[in-house]
Amino acid sequence: MARAHLVLANGTVFEGESFGAGGTSIGEVVFNTGMTGYQEILTDPSYAGQLVTLTYPLIGNYGVTEADFESRRVQAAGLIIKELCDVPSNWRSEGTLASFLERANIIGIHGIDTRKLTREIRSAGVMMGAISTDGDIEALKNRIASVRYETIDFVSQVSTGKPFVWNADGDVKYRIALLDCGVKFNILRSLAKLGAETTVWPARTSADAILATTPDGVFLSPGPGDPDLLGDIKANVRRLAESKPTMGICLGNQLIGCAFGGRTYKLPFGHRGSNHPVKDLTTGRVVITSQNHGYALAPEFTSPDIEVWQVNLNDGTVEGLRHKSLPVFSIQYHPEASPGPTDSKGYFGQFLRMIDQNK
Amino acid sequence: MVIGSGPIIIGQAAEFDYAGTQACQSLREEGISVVLVNSNPATIMTDPETADRVYIEPLNVEFVEQIIAIEKPDGLLPTLGGQTGLNLATELATHGVLDRHNVRLLGTPLKAIQRAEDRERFRKLMRKIGEPVPESWIIEKEGELKDLLREPNLPWPLIVRPAYTLGGTGGGVANTPEELIEIGSGGLKLSPRHQVMVERFLGGWKEVEYEVMRDAADTCITICNMENFDPMGIHTGDSIVVAPSQTLSDKEYQMLRTASLKIIRALGIEGGCNVQLSLNPHSFEYQVIEVNPRVSRSSALASKATGYPIARVAAKIAIGLRLDEIANAVTKKTLACFEPALDYCVVKIPRWPFDKFGLADRRVTSQMKATGEVMALGRTFEEALLKAMRSLEIGIHGLRPKNADQRTEMEIEQGLETATDERLFLICEAFYRGMSVDEAAQLTNVDRWFLTKLSRLVALDAKLRGLRSAMKPAATPEALAAIRTAKTIGFGDRHLSELLQIPEPEIRALVKSLGIKASYKMVDTCAAEFEAQTPYFYSVFDDDETEVAA
Repeated sequence: MARAHLVLANGTVFEGESFGAGGTSIGEVVFNTGMTGYQEILTDPSYAGQLVTLTYPLIGNYGVTEADFESRRVQAAGLIIKELCDVPSNWRSEGTLASFLERANIIGIHGIDTRKLTREIRSAGVMMGAISTDGDIEALKNRIASVRYETIDFVSQVSTGKPFVWNADGDVKYRIALLDCGVKFNILRSLAKLGAETTVWPARTSADAILATTPDGVFLSPGPGDPDLLGDIKANVRRLAESKPTMGICLGNQLIGCAFGGRTYKLPFGHRGSNHPVKDLTTGRVVITSQNHGYALAPEFTSPDIEVWQVNLNDGTVEGLRHKSLPVFSIQYHPEASPGPTDSKGYFGQFLRMIDQNK
Repeated sequence: MVIGSGPIIIGQAAEFDYAGTQACQSLREEGISVVLVNSNPATIMTDPETADRVYIEPLNVEFVEQIIAIEKPDGLLPTLGGQTGLNLATELATHGVLDRHNVRLLGTPLKAIQRAEDRERFRKLMRKIGEPVPESWIIEKEGELKDLLREPNLPWPLIVRPAYTLGGTGGGVANTPEELIEIGSGGLKLSPRHQVMVERFLGGWKEVEYEVMRDAADTCITICNMENFDPMGIHTGDSIVVAPSQTLSDKEYQMLRTASLKIIRALGIEGGCNVQLSLNPHSFEYQVIEVNPRVSRSSALASKATGYPIARVAAKIAIGLRLDEIANAVTKKTLACFEPALDYCVVKIPRWPFDKFGLADRRVTSQMKATGEVMALGRTFEEALLKAMRSLEIGIHGLRPKNADQRTEMEIEQGLETATDERLFLICEAFYRGMSVDEAAQLTNVDRWFLTKLSRLVALDAKLRGLRSAMKPAATPEALAAIRTAKTIGFGDRHLSELLQIPEPEIRALVKSLGIKASYKMVDTCAAEFEAQTPYFYSVFDDDETEVAA
């Protein structure tokens, strides 16, 4: 442990102690309000390039368990917390959070007034920042100023290099092609549980190459970064969605929206947490959802075939789209949970039923 | 009409005044005129401003029917007056009073209440929806004990509870067939109805509660989860409770949350409900213990812990509003349909009346004995715990029990194994005398996470005690550093004064000279995600920003 600083692009400096790796990590400073789930958050590819603040102050209490990881590595650029637990207690714990981050070579900072930080982000919006053990604040400020989150194509960093198959040996009733912009394991596990074998494709695989394998359905994964950098993928998505039953989550929702003539915009401080209420405009029912996104879809689409069927109760933003005639739907939140409530896991089944109906 | 909870008894105290008052205000906000009945005039709810009409009359069918005849209310809201209010409403319904006067029962339907309260019907429903309940058997003859032993796969150990005996006398935990026969037949003799219940014993399991809300459109949310410091076997009202849970991973948290939502849906509750679950500390196995189909003692705690006004929202649900039609009174911008996110830790400690009842049995068991409780908030568990401990007003300002030096080792070990009101302090004393966290865990079954925190507090306490000589003539840098650490962790001035043997005003001056002062953080239901309007704050010593209500 060493003295460390969190420096924000607006000049605010917080002092704390480092854990995990040393050095400097630059990223977009965001906050998540979930009270559990730090392992799932750290390993979620959608946090690539971000320094994640956890608003719950006591972190690391239940240690680290590999079975709870959502990808093969830590994806967040750094972790910002109030108190680090160095003696975890849980029957599944395999080690401490600090040693896990150290092995992953990711920097964390604790002893931070995370509530003060959250209030700052809430009013000023998310911004770039750095966690560093270097101590040279002025140099850090200059380095932060030279990096912009919006210009980095994080999808190509987190997407799989070559295709792989999940659940090939299971009792397979469906064959799904998943476009990997940053998939979480629990999406693959959820599909596998319902009898699907999923081929995970690199994000920039052409629609033709995927369709040539004649999948039963197409799944569009979540993922990090500004959707405006993914113009080539959007064109593929339109082709895929018009050919096969398609479901999208998070970035997948935005890709479908953009593919049908929508556009995304950046939210002031995003939606990150396990308590977001979403209303289904068809049934009137509200579910509590797990969310992690910094961009939202504007509710207008040049294609008349797309409609908004779910909205966020807090700020009215788009939470779900569907195609009026094709078997295509998407949601902005995470039915796979991990972390967060599992109230909407039924959408995986709905996707597979949609495939049955269109066979 | 709203029914209050009557006289104050153990387990049913000011919590229900708080709930009832909130409900009256909530209903009047909607333009509804409220008739309040309560037999206890020493309550806020019976203030003339709270309701439109207030009746201070006995809470029985005879009197309440007369009031109904005079006031002709359109509806009756029974779920906010504790068990008393609920029982009376049930009686009014079964005696036909409500039908005779055309009064609608608001909120959770009577059927749902009975499904939750009748033990056998509840267990049947749980089995139907696939939620685990501990196996149990009613035994009325000694021969039936022997029959029971022939059952395959008995879930040892078993707990024997004689029916209708005070404070569980004659019961106990049986680990072997011989013990079951011995304790069981003893229990049968002691029970006035000659009846014992044999149940799977969940000793050492974690006890976790969820406060859940549901509206008529079937939207369900959890307001708060709480973890008991004390494992199963001690009434939640007699347990030290923390919110949110501290030792549950996301998978465990969500597993129990999902079960709670499934249960409130299956019961068909409209309003608030409390679900108690037990979690095996060594696996994902859990058991449903019980459900309170109404605003309860725990929901009052959850309300204060989260800032979410459970009774207020439950009252609005009862008159047909949906969760997404009710404003969040704290943020004023978002809706009541969300789950509070805490960015602090809450600790509740029961307050027992053993200082007034010197000869009473101080053991805390499955029957509640506490007559009050204290709740404290902090950014860390230590901060909240220390605030709560010194708020008990039992003449202790630190961590160690009264007459600490006179306690024998045996007394301390026994106090750890068999919980009394003093257990928290005795655990600290055990650490003070060098007991390891592992030993304490074995004796108490309290999770190591809590015990580790306590042992570290004790270590700091002992360190400060050792610095007495470093305080004179002036505090050494080492002493000042230790004082700074202790203050930021949450030690009180009086506690420091006793440890360092320096008068309290001098400690205060010293702390001030170190630039250590309290700042205040807001309870806003949303972990600072949205701006909030409520004047509800808690003090912290290691952060520097004071918030003001917007």
